[in-house]
Amino acid sequence: MSEPALLQVRDLSLDFPSAQGHFAALSGLSLEVSAGECLGLVGESGSGKSALLLAILGLLPRNARLRGSIRYRGAELLGLPAAALNQIRGARIAMVFQEPMSALNPYMRVIDQLSEVPRVHAGMSRHAAEQRALEMIEAVHIGDPERRARQYPHELSGGMRQRVMIAMALIGEPEIVLADEPTTALDVTVQAQILALLQEMRARTGAALVLVTHDLGVVAQLADRVGVMRGGRLVELAECEQLFSQPQHPYSQALLRLVPRLQSAP
Amino acid sequence: MSPEAPSRWQRLRRHRGALIAGGVLLLLALSSLIVPALSAYDYYTPQLDLISQPPSLHGGHLLGTDPLGRDLLIRVLWGCRISLLIGLAASCISIVVGVLWGAVAGYLGGATDALMMRAVDVLYSVPFVPFVIVLTVLFGRELWLMFVAIGAVSWLDIARIVRGEALSLKRREFIDAARVSGVRAAGMIGRHIVPNLLGIVIIYATLTVPTVILFEAFMSFLGLGVRVPLASLGSLIADGASDMQAHPHLLLVPAVVLATIVYCFNFIGDGLRDALDPREHS
Repeated sequence: MSEPALLQVRDLSLDFPSAQGHFAALSGLSLEVSAGECLGLVGESGSGKSALLLAILGLLPRNARLRGSIRYRGAELLGLPAAALNQIRGARIAMVFQEPMSALNPYMRVIDQLSEVPRVHAGMSRHAAEQRALEMIEAVHIGDPERRARQYPHELSGGMRQRVMIAMALIGEPEIVLADEPTTALDVTVQAQILALLQEMRARTGAALVLVTHDLGVVAQLADRVGVMRGGRLVELAECEQLFSQPQHPYSQALLRLVPRLQSAP
Repeated sequence: MSPEAPSRWQRLRRHRGALIAGGVLLLLALSSLIVPALSAYDYYTPQLDLISQPPSLHGGHLLGTDPLGRDLLIRVLWGCRISLLIGLAASCISIVVGVLWGAVAGYLGGATDALMMRAVDVLYSVPFVPFVIVLTVLFGRELWLMFVAIGAVSWLDIARIVRGEALSLKRREFIDAARVSGVRAAGMIGRHIVPNLLGIVIIYATLTVPTVILFEAFMSFLGLGVRVPLASLGSLIADGASDMQAHPHLLLVPAVVLATIVYCFNFIGDGLRDALDPREHS
């Protein structure tokens, strides 16, 4: 491959010092994300899925020790000062959080929150940024955008808040969107709508999506490739179809057996 | 309920206690500004033939006179003016300084936080009264000095409270979300941390204003406050207390006015908190 991958994680290790020596959250993890693809990451709680996303965005707590390399278009992100990282965060790599309620500032109207990104990055005027925010609110199919834009997060339903989160992630036109269990906090019917929206937005913007979830059904719907994580390692990385039809690693096989099926009722 | 959420102003107006309190305060403030200018009496000229008159509707001294024959109503209104001025100005200083100091320390954390909060600890250990005495010896008894002295002491509490809140706020996910959006530290503190502190700051501010007014009364009592013949509510109460058995109205009138002011600020704080918190919607 002549061109470096959009996002390249090499030999990434992360540990937290604790009273009992240190706790390893990630050990020797490597993966690549290429432009426009959807990479699903599955695994049990504590397998390091979320830690990986936080590491990519430089959001880990101070006492975290991170080794290895994270490259965006060949440029090293690890150890970058905050000012340089801010050029990339939001503009090139964005994130959709799990809990839309706690990830939105309760004291900021939707439109102010959305327009913050273009104002910070593109240096847009207030008016232009608000215009852009309104476009995004419409793009994520929130009914009555003019009115909703002027409301506070608590006045929106859970599904609408997650739509706002997605709009917030996409407003800077990033090349990579990291989504940390974007549907876990929502009920089932809304989950389906949000997944459909993610798919639609991906098709429209061509952004790569890294989707962290413990819902294999979600992965099967959206992902091109799937990584299975356990204990801070990537135990298997395969094309989506291949993983579901012929899982190679014993852990992947075990994981897939756990998916409830209607036919398997006794 | 209408589909539109009520505006902050509408929500404030629904809070009747706050409205009445605001009205009373406004009335007090306005009359303390206007009445002395219109009155035939002033706060400093003694009338030795009219010493310690009781309140009466005849003879022009509605609330009577003090032991030097000065009109009590005018002196109380002047006292209001001084006390409100000191209360508001010193509270503003202490809130602005305290909120910024605490928010910056709490948000940045680490060595900056340690350094800033140790500075607060050191200032805490400075005894207040000797500090004020030194200031008055150095600069004389000036009104602005009182703003500085009270402001310098009372921002410390606010800084500590705000820092604690900021520490817990910065662990919230929306702060991460803003960081992911590339928001820098200044924008973070200004747009995300401080607005979320509004509720607690307002509650604390309503406690600070009366505290500051009482501080000032205390200093006036010690003879470190406003310069005679100018009066503040505190110095009027101190004067009245020394004569309370013979002429209770000299104590009662300024004391009632002071209590009213303190109550009013509490009511307003209550109403403002309800109105400013977007999560409280009725």
